[in-house]
Amino acid sequence: MRRTDPLLPRALQEPETVSGLHARGWERLIAEARGTGLIGRLQARLADAGQLERVPEGPRRHLDAAARVAASHQASAEREIRRVLAALQPLGEPVIFLKGAAYLVAGHPVARGRMFSDIDILMPREMLARVESELMVAGWVATHLDRHDQRYYRSWMHELPPLEHLSRGTTVDVHHTLYPVTGRLALPIGPVIEAAEPVPGWPGAKVLAPADQVLHSAVHLLWEGEFDHGLRDLSDIDMLLRHAGARAAFWEELPQRAAQLHLQRPLYYALRYARRLLGTPVPPEVVTALQAHAPGPPVRRLMDALFGRVLAPPDLDDRRQALARQLLFLRGHWLKMPLHLLVYHLGHKALFPPREAAGARG
Amino acid sequence: MMAALASEEGLSFRTGPFVCRVRSRLERLASALHLLYADFPREPADAFADFNTEVRLRGGLRRWFRPQARFLFETRDPFLPLPADQAFPLLEWGLNWCVSSHCHGHLLLHSAVVERHGGALLMPAPPGSGKSTLTAALTLHGWRLLSDELGLVQRSDARLTPLARPVSLKNHSLPAVRAFAPEAVLGEPVHDTTKGTVAHLKPPAASVARMQEPASARWIVLPRYRAGATARIEAVDPAEAFMELAGNSFNYDLLGQEGFRLLGRLVDDCRCYRFEFDRLDQAVERLERTLDADAQD
Repeated sequence: MRRTDPLLPRALQEPETVSGLHARGWERLIAEARGTGLIGRLQARLADAGQLERVPEGPRRHLDAAARVAASHQASAEREIRRVLAALQPLGEPVIFLKGAAYLVAGHPVARGRMFSDIDILMPREMLARVESELMVAGWVATHLDRHDQRYYRSWMHELPPLEHLSRGTTVDVHHTLYPVTGRLALPIGPVIEAAEPVPGWPGAKVLAPADQVLHSAVHLLWEGEFDHGLRDLSDIDMLLRHAGARAAFWEELPQRAAQLHLQRPLYYALRYARRLLGTPVPPEVVTALQAHAPGPPVRRLMDALFGRVLAPPDLDDRRQALARQLLFLRGHWLKMPLHLLVYHLGHKALFPPREAAGARG
Repeated sequence: MMAALASEEGLSFRTGPFVCRVRSRLERLASALHLLYADFPREPADAFADFNTEVRLRGGLRRWFRPQARFLFETRDPFLPLPADQAFPLLEWGLNWCVSSHCHGHLLLHSAVVERHGGALLMPAPPGSGKSTLTAALTLHGWRLLSDELGLVQRSDARLTPLARPVSLKNHSLPAVRAFAPEAVLGEPVHDTTKGTVAHLKPPAASVARMQEPASARWIVLPRYRAGATARIEAVDPAEAFMELAGNSFNYDLLGQEGFRLLGRLVDDCRCYRFEFDRLDQAVERLERTLDADAQD
């Protein structure tokens, strides 16, 4: 059982409240922020609120270190983005950046202090073969994958297998849609690609329209069953909504867009948990309109219990959190592929675990 | 000390600039900590700790069948579990990892650091080069221990921050250190670790007492243990020492230009040598002779 309520959500929402923390409270806040990958964002939020100077020296050093790591991640992500653009320039087609890379090129506040791992891009499916070969010429190749993995990605998923650069070790994920093709959401990708917007200062680069960015994050967080960065991803959604929501028309566009892309249910959940856990301001009429897409009360109560746990900072003594994570992982796979593929896939993973993973955790 | 270690708050103690909080109910870990960290100042339980750690047994059936210990850091479980009798080395490796992966307020080098007469000696080297063995011998011969593993370069003035934690000795270096200094206080050897047999040398009380006192770098020595070698020291090109330091840094690239300037400054301030050795008495004598001659320049 978790012994204490997490401190991080409140510190992100109202950075000025950290002035009331004692030394042990700071220790716990830093641990939660590190454990969720949000320590860079916490630092940025405190800096924006003018609170950094008032942080005691002990925790302050860890926040400063996190800011350095984030700055270094961003600098190298920016270099990789330029290399990807250069590699794909011969195609004459704009490259649509997703998630972290998109926030970075767009100069979005959500990029501040954010840690990066991969560069995610979205390209029309009919171009994938050319995209892959141009990236391969530039040094990015699909590595460490057996035949099952290749098929899993290429036939079932919404992206190519991760392409890793031979000398720099950086990874590019090439998506052709935003959700597995075998999955239970029929998401039309055409309108999403069409609505993508060019980025000033980044010729050849595009990012998703603001409503589509929110919807993509919602699908990614709530429908894929991976919660390594659960609270981080929810905090991304929170910041995207706060930023885009400053424009009143956004709140009309968002539900309409969700309807057009058949994503009302993921949006319902995203807004529900962003409001509950991070106090995201959402106009009441949007909340009311999405009620029609809520699940029945028993499912909703179950989801509240499960998501409430996995979206909290990790706690090694909270066994229910581990259980919730496993159940939602299964749900994510259940949503991603029909039963016969799921049984085949999990069976294959159980019988032939990848070598690194087999030794990684005993 | 033992009671605090097993309590909810754990035992807090300071090593150099950092406060470590350790919780554990494992008796072997408690007795090793009691012996090797005896001189380190305790911190109040309610003070901020930089590293909140725990070493505990894996639950379930593994508690009874070949028990294993896990190192926990904050909300994470960063390593594979190890056999329970390796709990203390696991804690030491865990604390090294805590510093090397989070403390970017310093330029972090994979290097031993010792000091004498106000001049610090850096020995950057990968594992297996004998830097811990040489560090043990030098500290048992009057040098001040800063670290056998982690060189913390201060960004403001390129001086070195001590940690003064126990020195990790492996395999044949254990009898060698015992023969060199029979008075050395060593923890109980732990067998069959991934690095073989491991025991830790208790840091000299004088080094622990001065662990808040940084030192200026004066020498960079690239050590290489070779069985049967006669101690041999030769000057190396500063550019080579620079590359060696860069290659043995944890966050050189992360610090960008600042990292480059700091390494440049270290190399400018230091005489640089390559040092091949085997027998410790000969090694210490040979090394000190050269470094003493430098001091008279």
